[in-house]
Amino acid sequence: MDNVIKNIIGKDISLAELFDENRAAIESHSSSVLNSLRDEAFDAFQELGIPSNKVENYKYTNLQPLFSGDFTFSLKPETLTENLEDIFSCDVDTLDSITIYLVNGWYYTRNNPGVLPKGLVIGSMAQMAKENPDLIEKYYGTRAPHLSDGAVAFNTMFAQDGFFVHVPKGVAVERPIQIVNILMSEDALMTTQRNLVVMEDNSEARIMVCDHTLTTGKFVMNSVTEGYVGKDARLDLYNLQNQHNATTQVAGFYFEQHENSHLATNNLTLHAGVARNNIELKLAGSHAEGHAYGLYLLDKNQHVDNFSYIDHAVPDCFSDELFKGVLDDHSTGAFTGKIMVRPDAQKTNAYQSNNNLLLTNDAKMNTKPQLEIYADDVKCSHGATVGQIDEDAMFYLRTRGINKEEATILLMYAFAYEVIEKIKVEPLREQIRTLVEKRFRGELDKCHSCVVCGQKGTDVTCL
Amino acid sequence: MLSIKNLHAKIEDKEILRGIDLKVKPGEVHAIMGPNGSGKSTLASVLAGNEMFEVSEGEVQFNGKDILEMAPEDRAREGLFLSFQYPVEIPGVSMVNFLRTSINELRKYREEKPLSASEFLKLMREKKNLVDIDSDLTNRSVNEGFSGGEKKKNEIFQMAMLEPKLSILDETDSGLDIDALRVVANGVNKLKRPDNATVLITHYQRLLEYIVPDYVHVLYHGRIVKTGGKELAHELEANGYDWIKKEFGDK
Ligand SMILES: Nc1ncnc2c1ncn2[C@@H]1O[C@H](COP(=O)(O)OP(=O)(O)O)[C@@H](O)[C@H]1O
Ligand SMILES: [Mg+2]
Repeated sequence: MDNVIKNIIGKDISLAELFDENRAAIESHSSSVLNSLRDEAFDAFQELGIPSNKVENYKYTNLQPLFSGDFTFSLKPETLTENLEDIFSCDVDTLDSITIYLVNGWYYTRNNPGVLPKGLVIGSMAQMAKENPDLIEKYYGTRAPHLSDGAVAFNTMFAQDGFFVHVPKGVAVERPIQIVNILMSEDALMTTQRNLVVMEDNSEARIMVCDHTLTTGKFVMNSVTEGYVGKDARLDLYNLQNQHNATTQVAGFYFEQHENSHLATNNLTLHAGVARNNIELKLAGSHAEGHAYGLYLLDKNQHVDNFSYIDHAVPDCFSDELFKGVLDDHSTGAFTGKIMVRPDAQKTNAYQSNNNLLLTNDAKMNTKPQLEIYADDVKCSHGATVGQIDEDAMFYLRTRGINKEEATILLMYAFAYEVIEKIKVEPLREQIRTLVEKRFRGELDKCHSCVVCGQKGTDVTCL
Repeated sequence: MLSIKNLHAKIEDKEILRGIDLKVKPGEVHAIMGPNGSGKSTLASVLAGNEMFEVSEGEVQFNGKDILEMAPEDRAREGLFLSFQYPVEIPGVSMVNFLRTSINELRKYREEKPLSASEFLKLMREKKNLVDIDSDLTNRSVNEGFSGGEKKKNEIFQMAMLEPKLSILDETDSGLDIDALRVVANGVNKLKRPDNATVLITHYQRLLEYIVPDYVHVLYHGRIVKTGGKELAHELEANGYDWIKKEFGDK
């Protein structure tokens, strides 16, 4: 069941053994809150292992081979000799944001997010779990399924650090919060990250999580983000993924929403090797609104699998999903849209659509709605399309002097724009627009990849 | 300007154009009439470079160049314009972005500098007046949600923007009410110059009261079976196409 990492300290070792051997060290550095679930998670992991494609929910993405091989495993905080500020240069003029960095899943020690609005806490999960265990304990491990999903079990066993955002009651954070996740390593690296976002009642924030690779080696990242959106609270969460082809990322977002809350997630995969996004929204208070959006642009042998699960647990909630993908070359994609309407969740409105544009005959897409409706007064619709560029539109554009390549770019952009329009932060939307266009033109140098921080890299580190 | 010789074209082994000959000189207006299904739109499509149709025989010269081997975009850059019978809706591509890309591609081909944003907007304003197109339409996606009449006006608006040498207007009159028809016809007349030419495809004589043709051709069953002056159009209006069908039917 368990996978093998080959070059940990020069020997082959299974993930379970690796945990066992390092458990004492991990626990001695961690708060009791994070330690409290390791036993359960470890038991579950020994049972479940890393999900293979035999696991129904991972049918289209076999993680097992991706999680074994030559890797070092990040067990201790990264100590950087260089300043991140020297590697990145943030374009604060175009986007005035509160910015923090994480390196290989660890909170960067020299982060300086500046003066924060009153009450807002942004910091390291490891540190907050020690300083404020009661707060963390209330939420930790209650949303992410560490007993039933092998990837989450694995994350929970090893959980040490990540980001923590706490927006107190009634606080509206004006500036977007930007979290830059950096992967950089001399050797192939496997690591985990555990995050928590707590939006108290009537609070408001917009969070952008930007995922990057800074060095050319192989990476496996297993990250889990749990989140709570309190009564009347409002959160927009954007995840901009821009990692090189040798990266595997499993990113889980597990959210619970309370009465009258509003949550929008947007997974924008501009570049990745293998990406699996788990997006779970539990609508647990009446009149909660959950929106899950996604855009994935794939070429070469890239693979992206978005698995969404919208759980209508109470009556009178609304959910809306829109995922769109453009697949070129030999790339493959998958979308699963699971919608659960619990027996008493009357007057549920749930909408879902997944549309794909395949540019070659070799590209493949699997799309699957999965509806479980146990209430009778429900409005629910779903639709999936997999198509090619519209030949009539193509001809029309060409008769106006626009060549085939340019027309293709216009039409791909036209296809994607519906998801981009969902981005509410105007400068971010502008920058994503530009990036997407660049991506379609094949001009997306991974060096200008981070929208917001406009990272400048050197030739060697840019991939 | 345009010289078509013995043009044959087929789709899925079905021959639709069966030997077309036509010459158009600068300054001329030609009308091509004929019953539904006779191949008028196919001719327009083949001239514009639609790859769905296979040209099996014949040649087409445009400004002395053989265009049959040219990509549709190059034909457009050479000055050929097709106003579609059914203009295509392209959600997500804005009119402004589309037109600006288009104009600048044409200019690039002629080795002219691209228009700046303000030059472009000025030109657009000027040409909008010509066809009396609603300002709001140019802020939308290409043809998306346009009414039938608006789509046709939009074609003429694009023609005005691109200033082609040869315009082929495929049923630009159909679906227009009398006011819109007048506006469109006026637009076409205003764009007329001694060095450009127009081919009007229509099966009603109505449009030809506003745009007076030098020649009228009757296309039937993939061939031009009759050519005359504008009085031929009146004859068709009075007698319908039955006599054509009888005379040239099924061979
Ligand atoms: N895409 C197509 N596939 C098959 N047959 C076609 C296609 N387009 C046109 N045709 C056929 O070609 C003939 C001529 O059509 P068309 O050129 O549209 O006529 P017109 O414009 O004169 O009404 C018709 O018989 C029509 O059915
Ligand atoms: Mg026609």
